[in-house]
Amino acid sequence: MDHDPQFQKSRRGFLGGLGATAAGLSLAQAGAARAQAKPDPAITEIQDWNRYLGDGVAANPYGKPSKFEKGVVRRDVEWLTASRESSVNFTPLHALDGIITPNGLCFERHHGGSPEIDPSKHRLMINGLVDKPLVFTMDDLKRFPGRVNKVFFLECAANGGMEWKGAQLNGCQFTHGMVHNVMYTGLPLKVLLDEAGVKTNGKWVMPEGADSSAMTRSIPIEKAMQDCLVVWGMNGEALRQEQGYPLRIVVPGWEGNMWVKWLRRLEVGDQPWHHREETSKYTDLLADGRSRRFTWIMDAKSVVTSPSPQAPLKHKGPNVLSGLAWSGRGTIRRVDVTIDGGKNWQTARIDGPVLPMSLTRFYVDFNWDGREMLIQSRAMDDTGYVQPTKDELRKVRGLNSIYHNNGIQTWLVRSNGETENVEIS
Amino acid sequence: MSKFRKAAGLALFAALVTAPALAGKVGLGREALPEEVAAWDIDVRPDGAGLPPGKGSVGDGEQLYLQQCASCHGEFGEGAGRWPVLVGGQGSLKSEGPEKTIGSFWPYASTTFDYIKRAMPYGNARSLSDDDVYAITAFLLNQNGIVKDDFVLSKENFSKVKLPNEQSFYDDDREKAERHFWQKDPCMKNCKPDAKVTGRARMVDVTPEDGKSIKVE
Repeated sequence: MDHDPQFQKSRRGFLGGLGATAAGLSLAQAGAARAQAKPDPAITEIQDWNRYLGDGVAANPYGKPSKFEKGVVRRDVEWLTASRESSVNFTPLHALDGIITPNGLCFERHHGGSPEIDPSKHRLMINGLVDKPLVFTMDDLKRFPGRVNKVFFLECAANGGMEWKGAQLNGCQFTHGMVHNVMYTGLPLKVLLDEAGVKTNGKWVMPEGADSSAMTRSIPIEKAMQDCLVVWGMNGEALRQEQGYPLRIVVPGWEGNMWVKWLRRLEVGDQPWHHREETSKYTDLLADGRSRRFTWIMDAKSVVTSPSPQAPLKHKGPNVLSGLAWSGRGTIRRVDVTIDGGKNWQTARIDGPVLPMSLTRFYVDFNWDGREMLIQSRAMDDTGYVQPTKDELRKVRGLNSIYHNNGIQTWLVRSNGETENVEIS
Repeated sequence: MSKFRKAAGLALFAALVTAPALAGKVGLGREALPEEVAAWDIDVRPDGAGLPPGKGSVGDGEQLYLQQCASCHGEFGEGAGRWPVLVGGQGSLKSEGPEKTIGSFWPYASTTFDYIKRAMPYGNARSLSDDDVYAITAFLLNQNGIVKDDFVLSKENFSKVKLPNEQSFYDDDREKAERHFWQKDPCMKNCKPDAKVTGRARMVDVTPEDGKSIKVE
């Protein structure tokens, strides 16, 4: 029985539990392992790379992806912003797998360009309501006891912001690509604050950047002491310039704008500062004209990265649906996937590390007979939060929001495999 | 002999690793000098904390604004291209096209001062004097109908300036207002009628690079 291919297919098939549809799709599977009519020249002819010597070890002192992967790059949407120095580009989620985002593909968001900072001239100051204001060099920080390594997602609060009023951009790189997931190396912010000695009336911490926007945000002291980090490393190497080299703050699960890059100062105060990025921006204008502020947490969210508009289906028969889920409130507990626009759902298979406030990878192995599908994914976290539909979200928030769009994404897969960003009833 | 050396080595190492913990403070870094704190600590709060001495008039601010700001933000704060609009928009926040300006949306005047001082003009940050920043802030408040034409903004009168939208902001209440997003068992079977496509990104046609033609095997 276990060797009966038909049984295996229907057992593993994505649609196995979905009644009539399942039969149609798994029947289409029969004969998928076709016989090859002519010998494959990729096998029968000796290839250049098989005959001649390849590159020597000195060819690439810092390795780069294969030239055949040249399309896997960050991309921007020029009409979105007035200048590229205060702008954003997007992680190519459709072309990535696993949970870690390669350093060179982590999306960028700058408010005054990405500065090139000489680490020997970089300083971190802690001042304000502390017993002793301190200045650290990078060397001081790297000698400091208590170094940690932790994986966290960083999502821009505006990820999906262009989609509030309806489907607009065709590609999960553009609809969801303001997110990345990195293993950081650095120090708990707490150990540095303890070294300076926070006074009892110190209730807020304000990180400040050294770049030309001198980015500032107000972080409550509880969060600062609980799990924030001051980091110099990402995925085993130094921070990339565009990610804050030589130093940034990590604010796990909270909106990316708070993760101040090129971190040069931490001020402790007794009140929030209400600066530009927490008043005129990164507040949520609701339908009644009032606005939520301090909406720091990124709610549970997921997206199917393949198939998606930039990663269409190319073959009938066996296919792998893949996606990402994450929650700023904790750990992803479950991801469900539908192919009929939310009528019926099946729980996806999660693979790889499942970490709190980290991207989490899910898969559904399925057979496709070429029928149209409306694909969605729905994340649940360990607080019991269930990712809402876009309509459910609009019902509470209205249409004038920009930030915190964690609504369920729909991809229409057409019978020719083309995949589109759509809105559905 | 070698055993003894190893034991001595371990003891020494143990002393080394525990030493900082015993001391309470690590002792890395140095005390920041007052001049250093003053050089970087320029932030301003709504209660006026952090404001430097100084003042500036609406009239002086207009001249400075035209030289330093208008090329991006427009002569009247209306914004050029996609650069931020700074003036107007009152009464628009419930409409389909809300205009979030200093006068219509921003809760505190201190945000304007702080941001101009730390990050403006775009590409030439920290080039304005404190009096210049007071003057430009005064002009923007005047354009938004908050202060009169002859107003002179100063450290002393700053915290008396109130913006009309301050009371419209409230702290994150998602855990209450969106409580229904926490569900025990979301529906898995026959959850809704057949879904219909109601909107397509392709019709909006603003995605960079056309989709390539696809061939299904």
